[in-house]
Amino acid sequence: MTQWIEIGTLDDIPRLGSRVVRTAAGDIAVFRANDDEVFALDDRCPHKGGPLSQGIVHNKRVTCPLHNFVIELKSGEAVAPDQGCTRAHPTKVENGVVWLSLRQAAPAAAE
Amino acid sequence: MLEKINKQKLVVIGNGMAGIRTVETLLERAPDLYDITVFGSEPYGNYNRILLSPVLSGEKSVDDIMLNTEQWYDDNNISLRKGETVVMIDRRTCEVVTAEGARVPYDRLLIATGSNPIILPIPGKDLPGVIGFRDIHDVNSMVEASNSRKHAVVIGGGLLGLEAANGLMKRGMNVTVVHLLDCLMERQLDPVASGMLRKSLEERGMVFKMPAQTQAILGDDHVTAVRLADGSELPADLVVMAVGIRPNIELARKAGIHCERGIVVSDTMQTYDGRIYAVGECVQHRRQTYGLVAPLFDQAKVCANQLAMKGFASYPGSVLSTKLKVTGIDLFSAGDFAPGADKEEVVMQDAARGVYKRIVLRDKKIVGAVLYGDTVDGPWYFQHLRDGTDISQMRERLVFGAANLGDGGHAGQNSAATMSDEAEICGCNGVCKGTIVKAIMEKKLFTIDDVRAHTKASSSCGSCTGLVEQVLAFTLGGDYSTAPKIKPMCKCTDHSHDDARRVIIEQQLKTIPDVMKFMDWKTDNGCHSCRPALNYYLLATWPGEYRDDQQSRYINERVHANIQKDGTYSVVPRMWGGVTTPGELRAIADVADKFKIPTVKVTGGQRIDLLGVKKEDLPAVWADLNDAGMVSGHAYAKGLRTVKTCVGSEWCRFGTQDSTGLGIKIEKFMWGSWTPAKVKLAVSGCPRNCAEATCKDVGVICVDSGYEIHFAGAAGLHIKGTEFLAKVATEDETLEVICALTQLYREQGWYLERMYKWCDRVGLDAIRKQVVDDMANRKALFGRFSYSQQFSQSDPWAERAQRGVDRNEFVPLAELELA
Repeated sequence: MTQWIEIGTLDDIPRLGSRVVRTAAGDIAVFRANDDEVFALDDRCPHKGGPLSQGIVHNKRVTCPLHNFVIELKSGEAVAPDQGCTRAHPTKVENGVVWLSLRQAAPAAAE
Repeated sequence: MLEKINKQKLVVIGNGMAGIRTVETLLERAPDLYDITVFGSEPYGNYNRILLSPVLSGEKSVDDIMLNTEQWYDDNNISLRKGETVVMIDRRTCEVVTAEGARVPYDRLLIATGSNPIILPIPGKDLPGVIGFRDIHDVNSMVEASNSRKHAVVIGGGLLGLEAANGLMKRGMNVTVVHLLDCLMERQLDPVASGMLRKSLEERGMVFKMPAQTQAILGDDHVTAVRLADGSELPADLVVMAVGIRPNIELARKAGIHCERGIVVSDTMQTYDGRIYAVGECVQHRRQTYGLVAPLFDQAKVCANQLAMKGFASYPGSVLSTKLKVTGIDLFSAGDFAPGADKEEVVMQDAARGVYKRIVLRDKKIVGAVLYGDTVDGPWYFQHLRDGTDISQMRERLVFGAANLGDGGHAGQNSAATMSDEAEICGCNGVCKGTIVKAIMEKKLFTIDDVRAHTKASSSCGSCTGLVEQVLAFTLGGDYSTAPKIKPMCKCTDHSHDDARRVIIEQQLKTIPDVMKFMDWKTDNGCHSCRPALNYYLLATWPGEYRDDQQSRYINERVHANIQKDGTYSVVPRMWGGVTTPGELRAIADVADKFKIPTVKVTGGQRIDLLGVKKEDLPAVWADLNDAGMVSGHAYAKGLRTVKTCVGSEWCRFGTQDSTGLGIKIEKFMWGSWTPAKVKLAVSGCPRNCAEATCKDVGVICVDSGYEIHFAGAAGLHIKGTEFLAKVATEDETLEVICALTQLYREQGWYLERMYKWCDRVGLDAIRKQVVDDMANRKALFGRFSYSQQFSQSDPWAERAQRGVDRNEFVPLAELELA
């Protein structure tokens, strides 16, 4: 039972750019790829906590502005040789409206 | 099969470095001439004997030092008969005979049997626990002993003995070195350097008995002690004999080949039997025998040339240089440094720094050199020694080395750059700089491993690795235009920065996607490395026409502030020439109070930094600063940063010109310009240079008669003094030259390439010609700079604070109550 929250329109996010959604549990970075696919990640790089929303977006990846860690937008996984993962949240776009479903911090025993 | 029978047969006795190097070189010259058989009595492929010391000390493993794997022998159709010993050469039937009785015929025979350690003829020499230091088997015995036993005695304080002693010490043994003379490494060092070496090794825990003679080795079924001539005894669980090597000539002597100390060979590496060649440590050439690796490789080259029937190379003998392979001890020696009536010496000794240099001269030429502690210039002295350079012109400064003779400011970082193409970089393999440079360019090498693989430079003892890296850096960053293919911009493309800049102009490309499409980019939309570069190239090429792509800007340039480690930003308003007013200071103080800015700091560029500003506060902070008349200082930009000034003639009693006024004038003209990397300027009012102009990208030194313009300095990652560009008479000319220079840099520089690196790459003379000498070109450059300035001098803070540009950047998309 996914709970979808409307966060804005596609036009509000620049292509190859991102916007921030504030939540009580911390910022979420919402990215828009060149083909208008939308992704959402916790706005914290797994490396040193850098704000991923401020990075350069390319090929469905984002480069952290602090130390150039490259993160996959879909999974939140760092691209090798870097290691680490930030939480990804489901998104959908319907009629130009962007929806987000917040994924809670997973209990310790994941998978 | 038929073909094989028709081939000549080459038999090589000895699977060591000299023999296999000869075979390798032969295969390069004449791949199909011979059917090759190699005999080696050790059960391994060919390995790097001079790296046995690091294996002993645990810094390398046996696998690390393998030079040729068994696969290599297979690949080259060489029949390797390892573990088989040749016991006889039958010259009558042209066959070699193995211990098992097998007979193998040859058309040409190569003897490369190397040498054996000299074992002193003293009582106890055959006891278990007494070994030499020549092969992997010896190293294994030493490692084994160090695991279970405590005391080691090394007999011999030469190169090999000290390396063995150091290795055993590193493995935790108590090591005593017994040496016959009172000078360590007496063949390579003079008494002073030898004393410094001894002291340094003693500090590491090595014990020396010298001068001392070994009388006997004691023990019943295993060594237990060593007795010296003075009657004293040293406890010993392991004794390493390293008193020297003796050419291994038994086989040749038994076959009736003329031998003295070694197998006597001619300049073509032939023995007295014309079918039989010899190379390596077993050889005696012009009365010399050699125990170091460099001459062996020289010999291998000549021998291979002869075997390949080219027949023009000859071996004149080798001049030697030596480096000790003990980690942390820098020691270099070359040539002849024994005192003599016909020789002069230049000596520098600084005991506190542990530096000693002694250059021995004869007839205005270097004939020998001993360096201890600082060996960076070793290859440079060695080159002059081998070239027989007349050094009378540089004698005064000779002892300070290469860095002090040519351009300053390149030392260490760049000393390979000053070497000639003939200068030898890798003393072990005889590879000169020109060969490395050629390989780097033709084979497109980028890494030290590539260079090693392709040229063998630094693949033996490794002590020239630093120099090879310098050549690599120098070559790739240097004369790029002659290289057939140069380093790609990033992984998204095979094209270089220059390619991209050229194509943008030639094809009139005006957007990033157009460039990527035309140049067959490998990724859909580039990466964080190439997109900002292309964005800059388009901006610099098409001012007023290209629309800056915000998403291809690094965050600092997108939001016109500097991101900090916690995700907040820092704000630096411009202070023209470093001059401010009470009103500006008051406004800054108010802003800091109002927005609770945690840190206010004075920068190195004579302005004030407000640190810890929240992103959403930025437009309001800027609005307040704008109201007080301040604009962005572009402290985040790959563009004009600051113009630092001193107070100049307006106040200073030494000032010759109005440096403050000139600085402000330059800053007001140039602010807002984008450049490949940041540009920092300074103007000093007199040669006392209080504005520190001679380490800036561009610096002006005012003098009574005008303005000296300097450029290409740096004081960050690298420290480099500026180069002199021109002297002019007026402020207007100064501005014109600086803008022309900056424009040339904007048109030629690679993205993120600082001005001093650009200057290194394209050359000082080329820049001076275009900016100073060619007046029409200077005017044209100045014109293009001025034209582009009309599009860039709009305060980005005002645009965002007052006109709502990029508003989305500074506000969240949504704020959610629940999480």
